[in-house]
Amino acid sequence: MTTQIRKQIHLAAHFPGVNNTTVWSDPASGSHVEFASFREFAQIAERGKLDFLFLAEGLRLREQNDRIYDLDVVGRPDTFTVLAALAAVTERIGLTGTINSTFNEPYEVARQFASLDHLSDGRAAWNVVTSWDAFTGENFRRGGFLAQADRYDRAKSFLQTALELFDSWRGDEVLADADSGTFLTDPHPGAFGHRDRFFDISGHFDVPRSPQGRPVVFQAGDSDEGRDFAAASADVIFSRHSTLEAGQAFYTDVKGRLPRFGRTREELLIMPAATFVLGDTEAEARDLAHEVRMAQVSPATAIAFLEQLWNRDLSDHDPDGPLPSVDPLVGEHTIAKGRASVRMHRDPVATADEWRAKAEVEGLTTRELIVEVTGRQSFIGTPAAVAATIDEYVQADASDGFVLAPHITPGGLGPFVDQVVPLLQERGVFRADYEGTTLREHLGLPLRRTDGESAVAS
Amino acid sequence: MTPTPLHLVAALDGAGWHPAAWREPDARPRELLRAGYWVDLAAEAEAGLLDAVTIEDALNLQSDDPFTPDDRTDRVRGRLDAVLVASRVAPTTRHLGFLPTAVVTHTEPFHLSKAIATLDYVSTGRAGVRVQVAARPDTATHFGRREFPPVDRASAATGPLVTELFDEAAEYVEVLRRLWDSWEDDAEIRDAATGRFVDVDKLHYVDFEGRSFSVRGPSITPRPPQGQPVVAALGHAQVPWRLIGRSADLGFVTPTDAADAARLVTAVREEQAAAGRAEETVHVFGDLVVVLDDEETTARERLARLDERAGTAFTSDAHVFTGTPAQLADLLADWQQAGLTGFRLRPATLPHDLRQVTRGLVPELQRRGLFRTGYEADTLRGLLGLTRPANRYAHA
Repeated sequence: MTTQIRKQIHLAAHFPGVNNTTVWSDPASGSHVEFASFREFAQIAERGKLDFLFLAEGLRLREQNDRIYDLDVVGRPDTFTVLAALAAVTERIGLTGTINSTFNEPYEVARQFASLDHLSDGRAAWNVVTSWDAFTGENFRRGGFLAQADRYDRAKSFLQTALELFDSWRGDEVLADADSGTFLTDPHPGAFGHRDRFFDISGHFDVPRSPQGRPVVFQAGDSDEGRDFAAASADVIFSRHSTLEAGQAFYTDVKGRLPRFGRTREELLIMPAATFVLGDTEAEARDLAHEVRMAQVSPATAIAFLEQLWNRDLSDHDPDGPLPSVDPLVGEHTIAKGRASVRMHRDPVATADEWRAKAEVEGLTTRELIVEVTGRQSFIGTPAAVAATIDEYVQADASDGFVLAPHITPGGLGPFVDQVVPLLQERGVFRADYEGTTLREHLGLPLRRTDGESAVAS
Repeated sequence: MTPTPLHLVAALDGAGWHPAAWREPDARPRELLRAGYWVDLAAEAEAGLLDAVTIEDALNLQSDDPFTPDDRTDRVRGRLDAVLVASRVAPTTRHLGFLPTAVVTHTEPFHLSKAIATLDYVSTGRAGVRVQVAARPDTATHFGRREFPPVDRASAATGPLVTELFDEAAEYVEVLRRLWDSWEDDAEIRDAATGRFVDVDKLHYVDFEGRSFSVRGPSITPRPPQGQPVVAALGHAQVPWRLIGRSADLGFVTPTDAADAARLVTAVREEQAAAGRAEETVHVFGDLVVVLDDEETTARERLARLDERAGTAFTSDAHVFTGTPAQLADLLADWQQAGLTGFRLRPATLPHDLRQVTRGLVPELQRRGLFRTGYEADTLRGLLGLTRPANRYAHA
């Protein structure tokens, strides 16, 4: 037996939302709105002793060709409200929600997260995301006011302000001594004042210090700015690097940024999103994975993806034929709205050339090409093989763990929890039971600083 | 003639409405922000077959004076977001309705619309919201988006700012309701043959353009189980009564006696008619603070003791009733004759006065045929006798 200390793996579950990873046409696919689905999903994840469950957010229904996009799941409930309700039907699992820093105000968001942390006895986490587009802004009083260049600046300011609000109560203000009649030890609890380019607010925060002090902070973002933002202030960073080498490069880069912000390697966990398909044999898993991919990329979905890169109406294009010979349209206007992936096409013409070359060399139809280039199936195989691969990735510092997104809602996580988790437990790399009660404890994060300082990048 | 049963709502806030309530022997002052406290209160309300509970909130610390902050250390201070409290508690109940307070002055209707729709999902049809405006300058500085002058007490209910904020609240409720209707009930089709998850012809842009804001829609949350969750508002004067008449399903008013109750009901009905809603059901509930004990003298002594501990005689915007559950039942029956369809009872102390309501008042009202003996519906609208509304955007 080796005496080498093995890293403990962190695992979480993403309730799949509005994207084509969810195979909604499967008879096993349930509602994406009814609370029963969320309860089932959360209880499966908790049965597997996972660190947390994760909910994304949307503030405008996506559109393509000036119509609401109807090929994927459309619609979802409110993040905060679902997480609070899930606190009632779970006991330990962390409750992580995406909340946008653009179309909200720090006082309100800090208040909601502090409330969630109280109501869940210390299980709340906030995935801070940014958005700037006027399209989403049309649903809000402020409208689409934010220049793209300002989005990280506002996000930094927003997070900084929210952290100041979380820290505005020290934690010893509520005495509640009935005999002496002293409820508060401080006549002015929660005093705060913040003034910068984005926020000029002051007063008294009205939620006393929450069990975790502040919720755990998550970040996503792969740009240089995004990585710095996470290195400065996040507890966990989501990434999408699916190969071992890419994961290791990202891991090294981001962990290497931490000293600049006065932080240690243990203070920021890196958890890529991951999908999985399990089978009794490798061949069965591969066949099932292919079926899943074909269900995720229907002929209509293939055309929709093609339109997002080509940025033009291709509804007459044959999904079973070659790629279009015409080049993508480049410009400010995008045919797809409200879809985050559209922003990734930085040089559409070059990407189209790459796709054409790949399709030519490999003899792929349009749909087959889309299946190839949009595929991010992380773990395909027998439970033993998947457990071994996940362990290998984590021990090799490609990540600290994974956020698993099943393709069936709400039951799709069950096979992983029942078949893979026990093998990771046997390997001694995943907990047999929760050791703490708060999410911060599950994540092994050091107790957060208590000096009121927060290291948001300036 | 068989009497018409009345509706009962319990108003939950901190340790109760009396400022010394947290010092009572059965109070749980260190647990006011913990889920278990609220779960227990809701269970008690549900055991008493109440229609719903309201949960108070504000975007500022509590203070003795409604218009200005204070620095008292002998009162409960600090509160959780009421919508999240309701959501945390709802899955632990089966029939009780939830009417969390939401401030509409500094928040976004798009966010609140999906939050209340979601509360309706997690409670399977028992959600509502009590909308509240916030005119205090110290609340506005928490947001930094607008500046308010100090509240002028003389014209606190009639000043131009108050009118502006209540008009804005009416627009806000209009946006909430349009967003709840922005999905038709059967919009999700899951048509595997065509690959369409929804029928986009059954999703609607709300395209609201008001004086205060514009919202494009549709909601991201499908139409909630009740179609339209219940909208409530509290009013003490003409301007807020107008909001009730224009926008609410349920209005809370604060009568001082039966004649005053009749006057307030008339005022709300006039506003309702002026808004063209005369045919719609709008409940008008009387608000009362209740100090209840099995003997009247015990209740009076308890209030005196609470007042002594608080250092001041308790007063409220609502009438403070002190006595026995049977005496309260007499009063409710009397005021019901004035046109009120129900009551929102604010327990002076929790859990004591809530238990007096559920275990003393409710059986007394049941004996008189004035209150339900079992839950007759699974939704809050059902309990309130409100039908499930048609969708304004759906065309047969």
